[in-house]
Amino acid sequence: MGNETKDHAALAEAFIRDEERVDWHDGALWWIRQKRDIASRQIPEWEALREAASRIKSHVLSNLHDYLLEFEANATRNGIRVHWAADAAEHNAIVYSILKEKGIRQMVKSKSMLTEECHLNEYLIERGVDVINSDLGEYIQQLDNEPPSHIVLPCIHKRKEEIGEIFHEHLGTEKGVSDPTTLTRFARRHLRDVFITRRAALTGVNFAVAETGEYIVCTNEGNADMGAHLSEVQIASMGIEKIVPKKAHMGIFLRLLARSATGQPITIYSSHFKKPREGQEMHLILVDMGRSRQLGRPEFRDSLKCIKCGACMNTCPVYRKSGGLSYHNTISGPIGAILAPNLDMKKHADLPFASTLCGSCSNVCPVKINIHDQLYQWRQVIVKEGYAAHTKVLGMKAMAWTFSSPGSFSTLGKAGRWVLNNIPVAVNNRFNPWFRQRDMPEGPKESFSEWYARNHRPGGAVDPAPKASSDLQSIQPE
Amino acid sequence: MNVALFLPCYVDQFYPQVGISTLQLLEKLGCTVTYPLNQTCCGQPMANSGFEKLAQDCNELFVKNFAGFDAVVCPSGSCTLHVKDHLHSHDREGDAQQIRSHIYELTEFLTDVLKVERLPARFMHKVGLHQSCHGQRGLHLSQMSELVAPPFSKPEKLLTMVEGLELIALDRKDECCGFGGTFCVFEEAVSSRMGIDRVEDHVRNGAEVLTGGDMSCLMHLEGIVRRKKLPVRVMHIAEILNQD
Ligand code: SF4
Repeated sequence: MGNETKDHAALAEAFIRDEERVDWHDGALWWIRQKRDIASRQIPEWEALREAASRIKSHVLSNLHDYLLEFEANATRNGIRVHWAADAAEHNAIVYSILKEKGIRQMVKSKSMLTEECHLNEYLIERGVDVINSDLGEYIQQLDNEPPSHIVLPCIHKRKEEIGEIFHEHLGTEKGVSDPTTLTRFARRHLRDVFITRRAALTGVNFAVAETGEYIVCTNEGNADMGAHLSEVQIASMGIEKIVPKKAHMGIFLRLLARSATGQPITIYSSHFKKPREGQEMHLILVDMGRSRQLGRPEFRDSLKCIKCGACMNTCPVYRKSGGLSYHNTISGPIGAILAPNLDMKKHADLPFASTLCGSCSNVCPVKINIHDQLYQWRQVIVKEGYAAHTKVLGMKAMAWTFSSPGSFSTLGKAGRWVLNNIPVAVNNRFNPWFRQRDMPEGPKESFSEWYARNHRPGGAVDPAPKASSDLQSIQPE
Repeated sequence: MNVALFLPCYVDQFYPQVGISTLQLLEKLGCTVTYPLNQTCCGQPMANSGFEKLAQDCNELFVKNFAGFDAVVCPSGSCTLHVKDHLHSHDREGDAQQIRSHIYELTEFLTDVLKVERLPARFMHKVGLHQSCHGQRGLHLSQMSELVAPPFSKPEKLLTMVEGLELIALDRKDECCGFGGTFCVFEEAVSSRMGIDRVEDHVRNGAEVLTGGDMSCLMHLEGIVRRKKLPVRVMHIAEILNQD
């Protein structure tokens, strides 16, 4: 909030200026939300699945230490080299050292929000390693030098014409071509070359099974597999919260994930990686990066249950109207708004306020994270820590004083009404954000309290009052 | 039944007819209604802005005003939810607890406590119902579209008792309107855009009257309706249920 140009409200306002873009952005995401509704209703035990998933995750978070060690032991036994990274710097250095040892200067990477958070691409490129994102949406965002705006649909905020323009500029497609199939075919040909020539492939991790030491990567494009199967060095980066105890639990999580994310019954590729091929090296990096700190915050620890399905973004009306980039954080939307303050409270102090607390997110969430309650709780923490915008503090103090003393409240009310009734321009001006796109309520002649004091007779009976809203003819807009 | 009427501060100040309709409706249905004159606000605007701590004086005043009734009834889901979830007192926690468990939003009070099955109301119009989120998802006044669970709706049940009233279907039946307390000014652009989209859903589907249980959302939507001069009237559900 300190940096006015970067806060959510300002970035959202800029996004909203393009009304047509908001129309289809909102429409496209709502369509996915509806697909999710249809898919979830095909499973009668949907709510029980959510509950089970949520409880498994609770159990994992309470026993994370043990499950991580169990996973490490089993993965190591399988031949995976397991590394531990406390933060982005350590993570990036590990990736670089693996590549350097092999003399590899080119890597292909499938979707991984964690490596986005770590700014791995920038780090490697600075050191002379070329990285190409192989998820089509992430690839487009990379070409355009923008972070992903959505964790599942990284370039959902872009029109196909804009994507055509990016392809023309960077890949030399014909100018004006924006047909998605044509562009996808082109990208595919281009990426095929990348897959074949890259010796190293990095993937994200959706789930890691403690019991077996394997990890699961879900993609619709098969790009993670393509990279991994052709690579000589395979690296997986995972947040420490991605553990599930048993392989059998995947029956719950995979059903929830695809339906919540896109309304599909199953993700096209749910690939289990357990051990390296002959002659291949397989590395896995367990990354903390603020997660153990979040685990230590009782009111926010459940945010670590997230399986990154994106459903809370698709359902969030604020997200749909304001676009993912307005959250100025790798993970955007409601879940981003409860994760980001843990990473940098000052920088992300605005995000928990970028919500109406409508609660839709918490109720679509497949692992039942109480997202909107956590948004409320973050607001309390941010104010307590002194990161709320100054003006908000003053306004609220005045409000608390007014509402806690009945005398001043009714005086202010009358004064406020007098202003409304008599000099509307004093309130209805551009300094009042309410008035920009909304009329003020008409000030009535008397408040309810005044009416009540005038009409109420002891014993409960009151004079019949003239109904303020009697006949509909009077309502036609002037 | 001895009922205390709790009105959100902005209803008292800007929408007295909503308070009057609520009071008359409750009396019509046989309640003895008291309106504690010293009431101000439940403290929600502060708490939702992160200033829960500042709201403590409001809480104490609230307990003083509303202790000892059979029920506290409020024509706002949002304020009701806030009191239910957050009302605490230093010296009178027992009273605060009693209030928390006996405060009802108007429509749930009618359907669940008074068990109203018919209403002497008549309203010959096409009506669109705006489900305010705190009432719906917080107090479970209606089933939410996110869950795989059987549908129900307390406000709809009451509206269908009104003679002549035709409830219209919306494209998005429970999308937030974007009011959100101080969100409506701090995130003005998003708030307005959300409100515009909600209002247009009602207009597109032929609503003559847009109603709901929370005047705060309705004040925001009405502001948009009037600015855009749209052919729809905004009324609180108490006003409709009190029509005869
Ligand atoms: S918070 Fe829940 S709904 Fe949002 S991305 Fe994570 S799992 Fe999905």
